[in-house]
Amino acid sequence: MSKQDANNNEPPTTGHIWDGIREYDNPLPRWWLWTFYATIVWAIGYTIAYPAWPLISGATPGVLGYSSRADVAADIQRFADANAEVDSKLASVELAEIATDPELLSYAKNGGAAVFRTWCAQCHGAGAAGFVGYPNLIDDDWLWGGSVDEIHATISHGIREDRDDDTHYSEMPKFGEILEGAEIGQLVQYVLALSGQDNDAAAATAGQVLYVDNCESCHAEDGKGDRDQGAPNLTDAIWLYGGDAATLTATITNARFGVMPAWAGRLSESQIRQVATYIHQQGGGE
Amino acid sequence: MSILSKHKIIETNATLLMVLSLLVVTVGGIVEIAPLFYLENTIEKVKGVRPYTPLEMSGRNIYIREGCYVCHSQMIRPLRDEVERYGHYSLAAESMYDHPFQWGSKRTGPDLARVGGRYSDEWHVNHMTDPRAVVPESVMPTYGFMLNAVLDGKYIGDTLKANAMVGVPYDAEMLTEAKADFAAQADPDSDSDGLQARYGGKVNVRNFDGQPELTEMDALIAYLQVLGTMVDFSTFEPDASR
Repeated sequence: MSKQDANNNEPPTTGHIWDGIREYDNPLPRWWLWTFYATIVWAIGYTIAYPAWPLISGATPGVLGYSSRADVAADIQRFADANAEVDSKLASVELAEIATDPELLSYAKNGGAAVFRTWCAQCHGAGAAGFVGYPNLIDDDWLWGGSVDEIHATISHGIREDRDDDTHYSEMPKFGEILEGAEIGQLVQYVLALSGQDNDAAAATAGQVLYVDNCESCHAEDGKGDRDQGAPNLTDAIWLYGGDAATLTATITNARFGVMPAWAGRLSESQIRQVATYIHQQGGGE
Repeated sequence: MSILSKHKIIETNATLLMVLSLLVVTVGGIVEIAPLFYLENTIEKVKGVRPYTPLEMSGRNIYIREGCYVCHSQMIRPLRDEVERYGHYSLAAESMYDHPFQWGSKRTGPDLARVGGRYSDEWHVNHMTDPRAVVPESVMPTYGFMLNAVLDGKYIGDTLKANAMVGVPYDAEMLTEAKADFAAQADPDSDSDGLQARYGGKVNVRNFDGQPELTEMDALIAYLQVLGTMVDFSTFEPDASR
């Protein structure tokens, strides 16, 4: 079909001419052609080796038996097996004993730090110092208790978590619906007095009567709070939402209802024990 | 030689080339796409997955409107590091009622496929209002305006109806009660028995944003708090062949 001009070394043309323009009929480069054939052979081998062809209810599984679900399960199992001994020991000893066993303690602190950074740091901060509304975990002030058992219970079941029946639950009333504005002002002055801040002594004295009637059952007569109810200590300088008059007024008027998720279903018992130990070892543990 | 030379007929006939190209692409498309509608691992039914409630659906629409999918994926891949960080890998069934799905393709922020229950509602309000107040290294924009955007749920019934048209199993009662369910879910003092009868007892009924009005913040948090929580993985048996 192609016409070759033997007198010069031009390659053959395809033979058709449009407006005097002819088309060279160059062969494909050999390396390109062979690469192309190789990809076809590779594709055939690939569909035999890996899951590929759709059939009636599933696809051909492939002779290598590749499965991403089985792979990830095996990968997770590999790490679980490597830690199985220390994990089972960690999950079975008394919580308080973890700190006395150097091997367990090292494992729990390092594992707990990783768990903390993944699941806890978003609220409590990377350094566990908390934010407004999210408690500082490295000081010695605890709402629901600072022993390792109490920390473990709080992490497992959360605080005011409605999906968990064993969660810590208490609810401060919205005193804006119970007391007059002036009375709340007096209470604020009394709380300022309790915590040793500047206050209006006359208003604080009036506030004390209101405190006995309304607040004492949870925050205790001396204002030191009650950990069974998560009622904070009002006499120290540590405030979850703020200890100034404006914040205290807002807190008393609208109450606070801090929620912490329960981690029992999401993390393994070993992981919860690791992070409880990590928190307990941060400096504030009791 | 003879059959290959016939190819010239196609090459020199533009209309025929176009028709045959279309045919080839169609066959290729059918072979790639059609099996996904009947292969057992792509249509695997999983217990617990339910259609979104009207409030969650409304939050989903806000999620799409604000382009959250541009920075957040909703697809935990079957890799150990992802499972360790986010939880069980995502199942196809978990996005079966998503039209369109929100798998995303880019993680500037973390994956949200299992964000439900991971944070408190208050954290979400704080984080949406000022992300850097709780996560100092965050680059997320602020979405505090949602606290002021009051929703009336006027068109929520139509949204559900549109989803029903493309196959989400909303029944007649869900459609007629859409507006009532919408309001009931964000009001813990209301009667939510009907809502829970229709969508199951696990539905979160709370005042999500802590304000008396029902706002976009309520809707978005209701949506975020249900993500990835429908399937009970303590009873889920993964089939390794899938």
